[in-house]
Amino acid sequence: MAHSYTPGLKVLKKTIFKKERILPLKGEVLVKSGDSLNPETIVASTNLPGNVQMLKVSNILNIDPKDVVDALKVKEGQDVEKGDIIAETSGIFGMFKSSVESPVDGTVESISKSTGRVVVREAPIPVEVDAYVSGKVDQVIENEGIILKSNAAFIQGIFGIAGEKRGDLLLVSSSPTEELTAEQITPDMKGKILIGGSFLSLDAYKKALSVKVAGIVVGGFNYYDLKAVLGYNLGVAITGTEKLNTALIVTEGYGSIPMSEATFSLLKENNGKPASINGATQIRAGVIRPEIVIPIDGGNLDNESESKMPEGIQEGSTVRVIRSPNFGKIGKVTSLPSELNKMESETMVRVAEINIEGKNILIPRANLEMVETE
Amino acid sequence: MSKKIKSILATDCGSTTTKAILIEWKEDRYRLTFRGEAPTTVEAPFEDVTKGVLNAVMEVEELSGRTILDGDKIITPDDGSKGVDIYVSTSSAGGGLQMMVAGVVKSMSGESAERAALGAGSIVMDVLASNDGRLPHEKITRIRQLRPDMILLSGGTDGGTTTHVMELAEILAAANPRPRLGQNYKLPVIYAGNNKAQDSIRETLGDISDLDIVDNIRPVLEKENLEPSRDKIHDLFMEHVMAQAPGYKKLMSWTDAPIMPTPGAVGSLIEMIAKKENISVVGVDIGGATTDIFSVFEGKFNRTVSANLGMSYSICNVLAESGLDNVLRWVPFDIDRSELTNRIGNKMIRPTTVPQSLEELVIEQAIAREALRLSFIQHKEFATSLKGVQSERTISDAFEQSSSGQSLVNMMDLDLLVGSGGVLSHAPRRQQSARMLIDAFMPEGITQLAVDSIFMMPQLGVLANIDKDELKEDASQAALEVFDNDCLIRLGTCITPVGNAKPNSKMADIKLTFNDGSVKELEVNEGSLEMIDHPYEEVKVSIVPARGIDVGAGKGETLDSVIYGGVVGLIFDGRNRPIALSKESDKRINSLLNWSQAVDEYPKGELF
Repeated sequence: MAHSYTPGLKVLKKTIFKKERILPLKGEVLVKSGDSLNPETIVASTNLPGNVQMLKVSNILNIDPKDVVDALKVKEGQDVEKGDIIAETSGIFGMFKSSVESPVDGTVESISKSTGRVVVREAPIPVEVDAYVSGKVDQVIENEGIILKSNAAFIQGIFGIAGEKRGDLLLVSSSPTEELTAEQITPDMKGKILIGGSFLSLDAYKKALSVKVAGIVVGGFNYYDLKAVLGYNLGVAITGTEKLNTALIVTEGYGSIPMSEATFSLLKENNGKPASINGATQIRAGVIRPEIVIPIDGGNLDNESESKMPEGIQEGSTVRVIRSPNFGKIGKVTSLPSELNKMESETMVRVAEINIEGKNILIPRANLEMVETE
Repeated sequence: MSKKIKSILATDCGSTTTKAILIEWKEDRYRLTFRGEAPTTVEAPFEDVTKGVLNAVMEVEELSGRTILDGDKIITPDDGSKGVDIYVSTSSAGGGLQMMVAGVVKSMSGESAERAALGAGSIVMDVLASNDGRLPHEKITRIRQLRPDMILLSGGTDGGTTTHVMELAEILAAANPRPRLGQNYKLPVIYAGNNKAQDSIRETLGDISDLDIVDNIRPVLEKENLEPSRDKIHDLFMEHVMAQAPGYKKLMSWTDAPIMPTPGAVGSLIEMIAKKENISVVGVDIGGATTDIFSVFEGKFNRTVSANLGMSYSICNVLAESGLDNVLRWVPFDIDRSELTNRIGNKMIRPTTVPQSLEELVIEQAIAREALRLSFIQHKEFATSLKGVQSERTISDAFEQSSSGQSLVNMMDLDLLVGSGGVLSHAPRRQQSARMLIDAFMPEGITQLAVDSIFMMPQLGVLANIDKDELKEDASQAALEVFDNDCLIRLGTCITPVGNAKPNSKMADIKLTFNDGSVKELEVNEGSLEMIDHPYEEVKVSIVPARGIDVGAGKGETLDSVIYGGVVGLIFDGRNRPIALSKESDKRINSLLNWSQAVDEYPKGELF
């Protein structure tokens, strides 16, 4: 059967979810293989090297760089406290001395004869990595972190903002075509992850921020509203470090677009359950999509139910159109002609014939996305 | 004539696709005979670049019926029925070569270092300079965050003061940066600064980095010496960066010449063409994330990368930088602004989609004009004569207000403009590519237009760079002949008289004499755009500009020359420079529709 490879977004009822939880620098792993994990469990920790202060000793003391060594009161590797004398001139008959004090607590890292500078490094900054999702330690990566394994429902969004958040899912919109409005968001939703339908306005998102909702999953959001949220025009889709109370995960795209039926019903099925979400998105080589992970209690962590490798588009596949015209519509592939077809734009492309709402339409294969269910 | 090289296999491993071409000696010249492509296999699950190379070569085998592979080995030499004589490759997979450069003064040694790194084909992530306004700890944090593949450190003239360049070296040492790929090797650092500081540099950076010292990039203020740094970057790219990428060790053992970074190969080809033909050239490659521009003016080569101007991943950045109004001015119909921004946003998050409707195509090409225009502005600002140089000025220089640091790019001198990248190479009609190039680059006088439809320039560039004595001559002949015969699709020639002219007034009288002896005369009027169909053949042209108008010979001076047609033909552009569009919507749309019709840009129908 003819098929084409179009990466789709995953909507999986039950899968073996694996995630690397890795330190930015080498450090200590605090858990063992097989250990049970809560989302809050600290799995690894390390210390990042502290900030560096460069002291222009020769300039401050008004001496030659090569004479700095004689004026020094400290040695390389020595610990110093804020206010400690780093270097001092001998003055005239012991009077009129001038000196340089350490501006911070830290360690003298290096002393340069050629520029007369002394480098003081501040105390290390501790960094911890938590488990993010409840599950088990599948594998320990020595000195770096772990791979976590969990039985979970797993959904990918198309675009998101803000990093990892946790909370209980709460269904707010009653259907995938319904907008999630500001009026529906109330103070008791603090810490929850709200499930919307087709659209979220800027006002509604601001309301969610103000009542400290943990996250929102919704079909569409306006591109131009992002500027009001982020404070800048989003030029390249690389997000995740925004300091926002409420993570936003858009499942379909920009504009008002009904959430796909599969995504909506899976979220609805899990209403009330705890979930972990991450809005971080990187759309470039090595794409990262935002995700919603809902751990499933009591399931066996066996490999048999692991999701299979994504397949390409085939006859009978459920697909979604991802560019106008017909943007956002879902249909079934009826045939995949092998010859190139001329579109209205005169572009010659390989197409798929799709049945949308009872009508057969030709759409470029590049403008289709698999809707992966089980 | 017997040739040492009868067949050449060349590949380019891009970040998404690996392209293979087969060049053969046929009927007394080298021709491109077959090409194939396959997805690049640098990332999981394959993690071996050679798999993609073999797949692309297998496609060439299938199409040509020639056996090239024996299992996963390339058969050499060519025995007449199977195998090839040489194999070469370029690569930009895995994000290409990412560098950080440092110089004492940002606009002097900093800029020279940037020019060397860009010329070698790398992406410059940041330029550190003593005077860049950042505090030492901010610079240190930046170096750590970016994790470049390589650092080029320059600064100071030979024998001059060493303090500033040593300060930079100390900052590097304090940052103790780790390379992006592979935890277990030291970061390559190239020092190309004041020779008096070399010993101190060794002392400061010798232990923490893999240090190489080359000749100063700016030995004296008046001279830029990029070659040693550029060559060293290429060597280190092979030795360190590529050797860390999955499968590259194997690939390196197959090739007959070092693997070059893709843009480095393209640049060197353009440089070679400009030198051989003694012409000025601008080349552009507009991709999904970035736009690369190469130019050779006055024999000087420059390359810039506009890292965040592209047609998919960076499409929203084009919108952010140019503004929606500048994009919409090229669109000859009204469209809801908020809906348009959502559509463009959706192209960013789903970058592989193609325009199905004509409306979508027109919008995409409007954005491309702006992406190209902005990239070219950046290029013009960077491609300058050396800054900080005191030069003796004659009275005429003083009148022209020329000074150090002036842009080398002179559109009236430009002879050849070459476009490549999806939106230019795959436009449904070649007229669209010609229009995008003209509207964005705004050539003046006589300029030949072309597109590299399958982006073969990287492979030809590496071929032109083979330096094994016994192969050198044939390889560079093959590169030039294939470039001339198969690589470029000649669109035609654009003739643009420039100067202050009243609306609709006559700017020039033109007389064309064709090969068959027939003659055609026409006028170019202000604000007009005209096209004559003519294939890639010689045409004699005589242009008599109106008073105050220049076509290349000076204001009001007649110009006689030979020009060439192409798949589009001869284009006569009477629009002012810069091209001005009316602020009134009706007038603007009317002009756009007239220009489109004049060159048969879009299919006739509801929109046109």
